[in-house]
Amino acid sequence: MATTASIRSGKARATGAASLLSRRFSASAKWVLTLGVTFFGLLMVTFLIGRVMPIDPVLAVVGDRASNEVYEAARIKLGLDQPLYKQFAIYVGNVVEGDFGKSLLTAKPVIDDIRRVFPATLELATVATLLGVLFGVPMGVLAAVNQDRWQDQSIRVLGLFGYSMPVFWLGLMGLLVFYGKLGWVAGPGRIDIFYDGLVEPVTGIILLDSAMAGDWDVFLSAIDHLILPSTVLGYYSLAYISRMTRSFMLEQLRQEYITTARVKGLSEARVIWRHALGNVLVPLITVIALSYANLLEGSVLTETVFAWPGLGQYITISLLSADMNAVIGGTVVVGAVFVGLNLLSDLLYRLVDPRAR
Amino acid sequence: MSLPSGPTTAATTATTGRRAWLTAEAPRSRLQARCVQAYHAWRGFAGNTLAMIGLVIVVVLIAVAALAPVLAPYSPIDQDLTLRLNAPSAAHLLGTDELGRDILSRLIYGARITLYIVVLVAVTAAPLGLFMGTVAGYFGGWIDPILMRVTDIFLAFPRLILALAFVAALGPGIENAVLAIALTAWPPYARIARAETLTIRKSEFLAAIRLAGASPARIIWGHVVPLCSASLIIRVTLDMAGIILTAAGLGFLGLGAQPPLPEWGAMISSGRKFLIDFWWVATMPGLAIFIVSLGFNLLGDGLRDLLDPKHAS
Repeated sequence: MATTASIRSGKARATGAASLLSRRFSASAKWVLTLGVTFFGLLMVTFLIGRVMPIDPVLAVVGDRASNEVYEAARIKLGLDQPLYKQFAIYVGNVVEGDFGKSLLTAKPVIDDIRRVFPATLELATVATLLGVLFGVPMGVLAAVNQDRWQDQSIRVLGLFGYSMPVFWLGLMGLLVFYGKLGWVAGPGRIDIFYDGLVEPVTGIILLDSAMAGDWDVFLSAIDHLILPSTVLGYYSLAYISRMTRSFMLEQLRQEYITTARVKGLSEARVIWRHALGNVLVPLITVIALSYANLLEGSVLTETVFAWPGLGQYITISLLSADMNAVIGGTVVVGAVFVGLNLLSDLLYRLVDPRAR
Repeated sequence: MSLPSGPTTAATTATTGRRAWLTAEAPRSRLQARCVQAYHAWRGFAGNTLAMIGLVIVVVLIAVAALAPVLAPYSPIDQDLTLRLNAPSAAHLLGTDELGRDILSRLIYGARITLYIVVLVAVTAAPLGLFMGTVAGYFGGWIDPILMRVTDIFLAFPRLILALAFVAALGPGIENAVLAIALTAWPPYARIARAETLTIRKSEFLAAIRLAGASPARIIWGHVVPLCSASLIIRVTLDMAGIILTAAGLGFLGLGAQPPLPEWGAMISSGRKFLIDFWWVATMPGLAIFIVSLGFNLLGDGLRDLLDPKHAS
């Protein structure tokens, strides 16, 4: 959102006598600059976090029984004898190359770990967002059309509940009722244990992999496991999307072209779903991208509850075992995806809405 | 801007004479003018049922936290292993946990921790954001883009992830959790304060004060900050639910308040191990978090409708 606002104010300044071409150019230059500065800040913050922490990174590598010489050698090898700004330069260089160091826990490069766990998070967040859009948009429209009536009030309350419930608690309650008591869905994990490793991970997204391999038992098992966590996460995305859809729709329904459309004799359904919603879709893209980014955050807690082997669980487990390389690597990746989605939503907005160019 | 907390007693004990004084068309003193304004604000607020529910929840939370030793039937920490994992009953209304501690008593004492976290975060993050925003907005020039870029960088992180990383660096514990949440909570306040400052920056009354020789510090502190406060208070109230949820999340992950402190998120985490067979251990603290967050959300919505008619729907 931050970048959206700054780019928009930049756009306002650039209008006027400037030709379209130079306007485009300055907009993209601004865009690149914003991206660069934000990423730089992201790296700076994570670097500082890595320096402030009370864990000695050298000891973490050599172990606490190493001799002084070994310790010194490791210290120099890690570049920790250099001044801070040089250390930062080394850090930035490493990150740009995708090198976050080795994880203490898995003894593998952090980037490989992240590559392995990220698809699980992506799968969960994508299905959750799809659910949020599928139910959230119609609910928002319904609420706006019936403003202040019972439909509007109940959707508002449903949204408020979403804003007030701890996601990990809702997940636990879901497990308690639908898995523990009713047995309708599968429990924690991504897939039933006896299907583990049956499907070759091509994309890492089990739904896609099993569908491509034609292994429908695995596919169904994956869906069985996915339903509960994605519904829980999707609920939060629904709360946000329906609220925003409602306020966008209310704004559109007040416009004169809606009156014109009604006066022309168009059916109410066409006025609402075609005319008004058509114009709402543009700002809605931004909202959906933002909610997608926010699900990354929700996934940390949800993945812990559902033992979902994704990036969120990876960061949490690394944190609890003081595996700082993994924590910082994970934080940088999540931050980068977050920034990327923000900028992408901005870009899409400009692409779809000619007025924003 | 006056908050509707003061005139509560006035409204409830209103007699006709006092009521006439409170609704006077032409107040005769400054005090009366303020009271009339506050009274009208309160009437508007009291008419909003949802907001009133929110206010009641928050007041009850404060009362429970203040009177915890009186209200709690048992000690929140003393263990009695003969009573472990008892279902809710007359003796233990919400059951007992895995160490035989009364869950109701732990929830009552936990209200103190929740309130402690929320208040501490609010009093650190809000002034920090207010400072950054008003300074950036008032001075403009090169200070503004620099401060706003810093704000953007902090906004670029998902909040919980950043808080996690901070706690990782600082070590787990309730104070560090507060610090981590405060460090992630201030950027929106800075943006609001800056936006508000920009709207009054070029106003004539500020020019007059400047001509009278007031220093920038005095102008910002004495004249800009009070005018930004209304929108900031609304935002902080709306954020409190988020702060509670983040703190509970940190506690749930074992990075916030440490045992044996009866922090609600940590209580859910310990109840998780017995979820299917002893459902009340994890369910009750979650309900407490839910009710309190809902209270702050309703109160925040109500305050926004009251103080900021632009957003009223």
